[in-house]
Amino acid sequence: MDKIETNKEYLDYVDKKSPNSPILKNCFNAFWVGGLICSIGQIIMYLCKYNGLDEVSASTIVSISLIAISAFLTSINIFNKIGKFAGAGSLVPITGFANSIVSPAIEYKSEGYVMGVGGKMFTVAGPVLVYGISTSVIIGIITALII
Amino acid sequence: MDFISSIDWIGLLKCFVVGGLICVIGQILIDKTKLTPARILVVFVTAGAILGGLGIYKYLIDFAGAGATVPLTGFGANLAKGAIEGVKEQGILGAFIGGVKASSGGIAAAIFFGYIASLIAKPKIKKQ
Repeated sequence: MDKIETNKEYLDYVDKKSPNSPILKNCFNAFWVGGLICSIGQIIMYLCKYNGLDEVSASTIVSISLIAISAFLTSINIFNKIGKFAGAGSLVPITGFANSIVSPAIEYKSEGYVMGVGGKMFTVAGPVLVYGISTSVIIGIITALII
Repeated sequence: MDFISSIDWIGLLKCFVVGGLICVIGQILIDKTKLTPARILVVFVTAGAILGGLGIYKYLIDFAGAGATVPLTGFGANLAKGAIEGVKEQGILGAFIGGVKASSGGIAAAIFFGYIASLIAKPKIKKQ
């Protein structure tokens, strides 16, 4: 074995020895599962529009339906299996947001219905709402200043 | 069936590809950086809100439909769109009302179904 002298050489050495993370395979799975979840949403969208609903109501129904489906799949422990396989494919769509609420709610049930279920529900979703809503308020204020 | 023939298949394909690609960006972030899933979600919702606020995201929604609205970036863009519309209707008050109002359906559904799911599901007993 060559003598390792610099930090950089050491990092290269570690890189060479550590197994390649199967990033291509992960990306492929994320791509088709994520695409499929969005397509299910699009079909619900078409179904709503076919029944005469407007764009805004239709896309709200799409969100609610996908959230309900993923809450159900989380409760029967199937969503976690999909998540392990698809990675970001099921995390990034709104299904991941729903899962992030349902999962801790179930897990912390033993700590009671108020601080367990009610409190732990927002472990991950809380930050999402904090940053999402705060950004939207800032954007609103900037808009008010411009117009 | 009428509904089947009314489906825009090209639109569905665009939705699949764009939705899939947004998820691939998330997957690359997971694999290449040490961001936790919670941080990824925060990054996506914030990025979506900023792109929505700049008026860029709506082009993606026009192009890909649910492929752009279903990922969490769409949730962020919807918050921003609501805030902007709120400001146009009610002035500065709308900045606080509009965003959540536009996304209230999703937020309420996630809380409600989350609570119901926790009632019916049994927590896994962790293996020692």
